[in-house]
Amino acid sequence: MVTAMSSPAGSSVSLAVDVGGLRLANPVMPASGTFAEGLDKVIDLNRLGAFVTKTITREFRAGNPVPRVCETTEGLINSIGIPSKGLDYFRDNVVPFYRAFSPPLVVSISAPTVDDFAAMARDLTVAGVAAIEANISCPNIEEDGRSFAMEPRLTETVTAAMRKATALPLWVKLTPNTGDIVAVARAAEVGGADAVVVANTILAMRIDTETFRPKLGNVLGGLSGPAVKPIALRMVYQCADKLTIPVIGCGGIATAEDAVEFLLAGARAVQVGTTTFVRPTAMIDVIEGLSAFCARRGIADVNALVGAVADGNTAPEEAEAVL
Amino acid sequence: MLQSLETRSVWTANDAPVADAETVVLSHTAVNDEYRHLVLRAGRPATLAAPGQFFHLLCPASGADKPYLRRPMSTYKADPEAGTLEFLYKVAGLGTRALATLKPGDPFRVLGPLGVGFSLDDDWRHIVVLGRGVGLATLAPLAEAAAEKGIGVTAILSARRPDLVMSVDRFAAVGADVRPVLDSDGSSTPENVREILAGLARQGRADAIFTCGSNRLFRLAKDFAREAGIAGQVALEQQMACGIGMCFCCVRKFEVDGDLVDKRVCWDGPVFDLKEATSW
Repeated sequence: MVTAMSSPAGSSVSLAVDVGGLRLANPVMPASGTFAEGLDKVIDLNRLGAFVTKTITREFRAGNPVPRVCETTEGLINSIGIPSKGLDYFRDNVVPFYRAFSPPLVVSISAPTVDDFAAMARDLTVAGVAAIEANISCPNIEEDGRSFAMEPRLTETVTAAMRKATALPLWVKLTPNTGDIVAVARAAEVGGADAVVVANTILAMRIDTETFRPKLGNVLGGLSGPAVKPIALRMVYQCADKLTIPVIGCGGIATAEDAVEFLLAGARAVQVGTTTFVRPTAMIDVIEGLSAFCARRGIADVNALVGAVADGNTAPEEAEAVL
Repeated sequence: MLQSLETRSVWTANDAPVADAETVVLSHTAVNDEYRHLVLRAGRPATLAAPGQFFHLLCPASGADKPYLRRPMSTYKADPEAGTLEFLYKVAGLGTRALATLKPGDPFRVLGPLGVGFSLDDDWRHIVVLGRGVGLATLAPLAEAAAEKGIGVTAILSARRPDLVMSVDRFAAVGADVRPVLDSDGSSTPENVREILAGLARQGRADAIFTCGSNRLFRLAKDFAREAGIAGQVALEQQMACGIGMCFCCVRKFEVDGDLVDKRVCWDGPVFDLKEATSW
């Protein structure tokens, strides 16, 4: 059974969504970098809509110096540096682990060049991998925080190269650290992406006022957690309005209410990230909460929430149908 | 015989169940000026924590102190029969300041037990535990586990002053030979501790050494284990975010086959082979 979940009221709510070439049992999945095999010890992984791996690179990467994380108000700043055991290790050891579970495996990849991105996408087009999420947005600290997803032209080029290299569903994860995220999102669509993930961490820093030192070993990092939610929500709203491919919302989602907000703004699915560090059961709570919300509002299919924000642009009869 | 942590014994329960459990504060008292003792009513699997394993604590927001992340803390005592779980800690920052506001009756969420704990080899007849400050809290359950296996324990407990020597009763209750060493009388110097260790080695009472809580004592223990050709383990700390191996925040450097490699303290440890662990 994929779609129906019993609600407290006894009615049945369909949580299934179609996202960029994949049909998911529900719209809730982890954000890359906040999920790994260890969570299997705490929650039932089969209840998630999808799995999204920590970003992998082709070669071994050690990652950044510690401290790799610092707290801030309602969130954290991280500069982990994408430690990776490399593509071969991942394919031989990590992919088989997830084959024991039913949710589709989405593999997050990063690479330094267009050709390397394409080659990674090609080499991960293997049994057990259901989709590619191209992390073209992680702040590249070596280049002063710049990344492909800062510019529409680079985004279209790298997306088109990956599109040619794999038949798997291709999701492109965008950065908020750009002047015009809508233009970047449209470039991803033109390049052939099946979905965009909006967004990633916001480039940030903190300084210890006792030692005068930056609080991160790498000085700059990415801000995530509830602190960024309204910004990510705004970006999802702007992008969903201009794209035909699905938008996957990501940024500070901690509760079912947060997820509902992102769906109303136009997200077809959501990624829960930093919150899982604080509450490892958060994704399960969001799934159950979504079902309960729909049941309470008499909504039979969660897709009815997608883009249903009553912003004056929704046809009155559509708004009426949901409210 | 050198004990490898790759061969996980009964004391390392990394495959055991983990839960994000709602516990209730039974008591929360100041032990002295610096340390506080927290006793929780808890169920399984929390109370099945093995010596050296830790919990990830959801510290409550309190006034201006609003820790966003959890705080890792090693187990002071886990008693499945009594249904209790205990921690001994020093108020040192935002998280522990918030933790210190917990009152009896308060609900409190703890994720665990987590990580790889200490391991004890059946061949050992006598071990040495060497700790300082709050590190002694981590070593106390190990001493009890060793005593249960019939392994003798010498506990070298280092502190600034006599009133800060933690857990003497816990070590003494299992028949450990307790040797406090103090800054206040000069007995905690590396030279003196080295002398005590050498004496234990001569008497054949040091089949393995365990340490926690001090970089200086870690270096002493590591050197001693190498020179004496005995096994050793260290319980390490590092800032953590997730506590279950996902975020890679809590890495430290370890010597493996001549290379320095990163390992996650939460997932590969927090207890590591002394041969691999490096000074901090």
